[in-house]
Amino acid sequence: MSNESHETHGSPPESPLTPLASSGYSSLTAPATGIRKWRGVKNGISRYFVGVGGVSVIIALGLIFLYLFIEVVPLFRAASIEHIATYPAPGSDAPTLHVAMERYMEVGVRFAQDGSVTFFDPATGEVKLEEMLPIPEGVEITSFGAGEPRTQLVAVGLSNGEFIIVQHDEDLSYPDDVRLVTPKLVYPFDDKPMAGDDQGRPITSIGVQQGSGGTIKAAISTDDGRLRLIEFSVRRTLFATETTRNAYDLDSPDTTINRLMISMDMADLLVGDAEGYVHYYRIRNPADAQFMESQRVVSRRGAQALGEDPEITTMKYLLGTVSLVVGGSDGSLTQWMLVRDDENVRRLTEIRSFTPHEAPISSINPEYSRKGFVTADDAGNIGIHFSTSHRTLLSKHAVDDRIRFAMLSPRANGLFLLDESERLHYYLVRNDHPQTSFHALWQQVWYEGYEDPQYRWESSSATDEFEPKFSLVPLTVGTLKAAFYAMLFATPLAIMGAIYTAYFMTPKLRGIVKPSIEIMEALPTVILGFLAGLWFAPFVENHLPAVFSVLILMPLGILLFGLLWSMIPAKTRSTIPPGWEAAILVPVIIFIGWACVKMSPLLDVWFFGGDMRQWFTDIGLTYDQRNALVVGIAMGFAVIPTIFSITEDAIFNVPKHLTQGSLALGATPWQTMMKIVILTASPGIFSAVMIGLGRAVGETMIVLMATGNSPVTNFNIFEGMRTLSANIAVEMGETEVGGTHYRILFLSALVLFALTFVFNTIAEIVRQRLRKKYASI
Amino acid sequence: MLKQWYKSGSPYIWLNAGAIAISMIMVVGLIGLIAVRGLSHFWPAAVIETTYTVPDEEPVRLLGTVRRSETVTATVVREAGFYVPEDQMIVTRHLLQLGNRDITSRDFAWYIGDHMGEWTYPENALVLERMTWGNFYGYLEAILEDGEVVAEGEAAWDELYERVARAVDLRQQILQIERYDIGGIAYQQEQIRLAQRRLELRGEDTPEAMAELEEQHAALQEEYEELDLHRNDLRRQMDRDSVRAETAEGRTVTIAMSDIVRAARPNVMSFGEKIGHYVDSFKEFVFDYPREANTEGGIFPAIFGTVLMVIVMSIIVTPVGVLAAIYLREYARQGPFTRLIRICVNNLAGVPSIVFGVFGLGFFVYFLGGAIDDQFFQAAQPAPTFGRPGLFWASLTLALLTLPVVIVATEEGLSRIPKSVREGSLALGATKAETIWRTVVPMAAPAMMTGLILAVARAAGEVAPLMLVGVVKLAPNLPMDGNFPYLHLDRSFMHLGFHIYDVGFQSPNVEAARPLVYATALTLVLIIIVLNLTAIAIRNRLREKFKSDSD
Repeated sequence: MSNESHETHGSPPESPLTPLASSGYSSLTAPATGIRKWRGVKNGISRYFVGVGGVSVIIALGLIFLYLFIEVVPLFRAASIEHIATYPAPGSDAPTLHVAMERYMEVGVRFAQDGSVTFFDPATGEVKLEEMLPIPEGVEITSFGAGEPRTQLVAVGLSNGEFIIVQHDEDLSYPDDVRLVTPKLVYPFDDKPMAGDDQGRPITSIGVQQGSGGTIKAAISTDDGRLRLIEFSVRRTLFATETTRNAYDLDSPDTTINRLMISMDMADLLVGDAEGYVHYYRIRNPADAQFMESQRVVSRRGAQALGEDPEITTMKYLLGTVSLVVGGSDGSLTQWMLVRDDENVRRLTEIRSFTPHEAPISSINPEYSRKGFVTADDAGNIGIHFSTSHRTLLSKHAVDDRIRFAMLSPRANGLFLLDESERLHYYLVRNDHPQTSFHALWQQVWYEGYEDPQYRWESSSATDEFEPKFSLVPLTVGTLKAAFYAMLFATPLAIMGAIYTAYFMTPKLRGIVKPSIEIMEALPTVILGFLAGLWFAPFVENHLPAVFSVLILMPLGILLFGLLWSMIPAKTRSTIPPGWEAAILVPVIIFIGWACVKMSPLLDVWFFGGDMRQWFTDIGLTYDQRNALVVGIAMGFAVIPTIFSITEDAIFNVPKHLTQGSLALGATPWQTMMKIVILTASPGIFSAVMIGLGRAVGETMIVLMATGNSPVTNFNIFEGMRTLSANIAVEMGETEVGGTHYRILFLSALVLFALTFVFNTIAEIVRQRLRKKYASI
Repeated sequence: MLKQWYKSGSPYIWLNAGAIAISMIMVVGLIGLIAVRGLSHFWPAAVIETTYTVPDEEPVRLLGTVRRSETVTATVVREAGFYVPEDQMIVTRHLLQLGNRDITSRDFAWYIGDHMGEWTYPENALVLERMTWGNFYGYLEAILEDGEVVAEGEAAWDELYERVARAVDLRQQILQIERYDIGGIAYQQEQIRLAQRRLELRGEDTPEAMAELEEQHAALQEEYEELDLHRNDLRRQMDRDSVRAETAEGRTVTIAMSDIVRAARPNVMSFGEKIGHYVDSFKEFVFDYPREANTEGGIFPAIFGTVLMVIVMSIIVTPVGVLAAIYLREYARQGPFTRLIRICVNNLAGVPSIVFGVFGLGFFVYFLGGAIDDQFFQAAQPAPTFGRPGLFWASLTLALLTLPVVIVATEEGLSRIPKSVREGSLALGATKAETIWRTVVPMAAPAMMTGLILAVARAAGEVAPLMLVGVVKLAPNLPMDGNFPYLHLDRSFMHLGFHIYDVGFQSPNVEAARPLVYATALTLVLIIIVLNLTAIAIRNRLREKFKSDSD
């Protein structure tokens, strides 16, 4: 047997010694061929096994980054639609007034001009139920209005001054465990038309809304320009429901009214006219409803531009009826909201505008559970937009005809388009994460209900109308704030300590100090956090003067002691050799600390009126018990050992001949330190600080426990913060898997990952350079 | 002279010395603080009695132990609603543990030192540790059996200790039955339900098979009823005795013996008795289950969970980490690529642990766990088995987190093996595999041990990722018990670190929980310090050994 067989079974070992050795071996013991073969196989297996194992471990580590990335990517994906069916509008031939869909997209509803209501299957257009509204003989529908989509409430105004309020509703049942949706019409008050206008003039425009208490308000305008408000209040007693109806006349604006919208809190009435103005009425108390202001909501053309000024072609409230989107005949899309101005007056203010369409906007309809909306125009284009993130998620030419309605399903996963020739187009929509954009995550956003654009993180919702606020700025600022104060505390202590330990301390003491500090590194941060939160934060609050006096007195005291030490006779001094300074200082430091704490109440009484915390509030500083000061010290404590041990290594490893040369030339030890050692070791110190920073940025438990976790965007040392990592720990458990919030938390994990990876890589590269440098000196 | 002193650089050296001295004081102080607070929790502190007289108010009698005292400014105390005379600037106040939460709902309260009368230490002061409502403080009056007085006065004390011991013994028996016997039956019944569902899913639910399972179920039910009877009997026996005592306000209360965990008479106990009490409390702390929303009782499930999680993690991380290190050091061609990988592995050690938690939750729990459930645990659905946070996923996540530690330590160990050893082995005819597995790896074993211990120390102290992947505040069952398959990797578990966070920050009565948190923290710190010292010792010995080998 020779080397060849060895090679066929497994690659030979890399060492040049082996072939020699094995050939000698084979010549001596020929019968052992089987064993040799087996050994070769084993060698191969081992190589293969270790190779596969090792590589796969490394791949697995890379997988972390990849997986986080995969989870984040869908956040930035645009919306898409898929065409399912097109069919002539089911039911009567009269023009369509309104179409809608229920939650499971099994039943659609269409209201037509002749008073027919048709329920049908959205996928096929097959009619499921047909009903007629109770319209008297010889009376026509002259206007139509819908409430907030979730209420499924619609109102039709008639030519005799009466109107009908009706709800398209459905029953859910589960015969044989299969869902069955049965549509129906519900009349909240009466299945007969109700009097709207006392003079019996045709109703040209109608708006309706249902409040949370069941109250319904309707606003109507008549063809002679009058504006009326009708309020139905419902009182439920044990035995009966009582409905009272009250009508009020409002001062009508002197224009042609064509749109009426009432907010869900029953406080605002917005009247749109034919000239591009919206007139705002305060109607919380209808008896003295007040006209507040008129505001032009579509921009005028410039003086030199030809043609007429653009008009409002459609406008709709978004979910929650806090802000509205106005579409103009110039294709513009703007979002407006009632905002308090400097004089505390609510004015209609434009808060953002969206990518305009090229043709006049024909339809705007909001989503049912998010702040998004769908738009359509006269040229057959549709757009899907989202207000908070200021995104246009889809912009597409859908139909070669004017689109009259574009209507989303309640879960925003289905879409109806109704074109001018009364054909209904049914689409499936995929629009999972419209809420995020670079703008929404990192820039100031004008949220609903706020007076100006802000950075905010408010992810949890109490109600459906809640607008989630996903700005990562407060969290990132919080992270940096915590890291900054921690580094402020840790860096001087750790570096100075390392300088002393590596260069001036006696080896005996060093042998105790270094491992102790290294053990400190392994101390679970949950313990530091709990001490900071439960013991240190109240302590600091009660002894604020002590904290500041320690800061000043400690260095002074140490220096003073040093000076005194140099004054005592050399004979006494020499009983303790140099290198033991730190040990001598221990009692001094303990004494200074103790004295400061004991003096604290006295200082408090003398200078701060007995309560320094109150004093801070009086001079306008917010003081939280669990604040950045506490976090800074606690986290600094966690970072000190990291910085210390790397710095200490870097300084200790500075080649001895450099320092000895310097000392031989007559430099003092301190001069040698500053001019030679620190300079040589500076890359090492830099990398120590970077690694410390990486640790401070990612630390979770300390910030979680030692701050109030309020996401504020400031650098006040006496206020708390919420960091990216603590935010993940707090909120990850309560998110819906795969939802936007869930993915945004993944994004913040990715941001953390990237941040620390960058810090660590810089540190590592610098450190490797240093190592090379030492080797060459 | 001052100038000369400054020029010599000595002030800076003193400042630097100060920095390291401060750091050391902080480390020692911190550990000392935890140790003192944690250990003093079990000591039966003296009970003081005093009258508290606030001007213009009725004097009140107080009975309790002093938990903390502090000196603060009068303003702060006034703002907290206490009366302090106008001219007084500084006030000393004491935090008293008065217990009796069920009676007064003020078990901890601050009192101004100046309003307190003389402190006395009444001999018949009684401290009862109870199952519910925390401690009781009062004066012992009598022992009752079935409502009849059996002992009064001094004789009542001996009777009390004896009957408390009996009640504790009975409670142990009841707990034994509930936790193991009844718990086991419930588990088996659940298994039968799952078996039935499995048969249904497979379409094999023949009447015979179902009836057989039904029969097993019924047999178990019978067994359960028998145990239940026995348990009720024990309960009745436990309810026999009660204690009559008077509170500080002068109210007479009767406390059932079944509610008492431990009785003490701190003002009379001798030092030896106090030690006995201390050891007893400490034993309960380490070996018992928590009570009262984790604020009382022991931390055994947390210790058990931490240790088990760490063991499972070690089993996963050691072979994988060692394999990767051997590959990197022995097989991979050394060059820029391996250097890059080394930098990445190093950096991964610096990635925040919460990121690993997020990854574990998303990838392991929801993605892998969900897939496993769909494949193998259809019968249990819609309840998730592996598709929810649990022991296995927590261990796996921490294995990933500590992988860099093991790789780096092992690589360092391998690189320390002198080249001569390898060459010698190859020269004697060993193949590369033999050289590595028989010579190099055994020699590097201590380094691997060091890596593993460091990994274990890190894993034991890590909390943030565990909050996402498997730790709960109160686990109904230990992840290991007498029911097949004995080790339940899918169960969620309790953990020392999370216990600290939860009890210290989420519990409704922080003041009552505080000593327990310190004691838990001390346990955790001790475990970790011991592990680290071991690692350091091994590392140092290893260095010495190879220094002499390579010479």
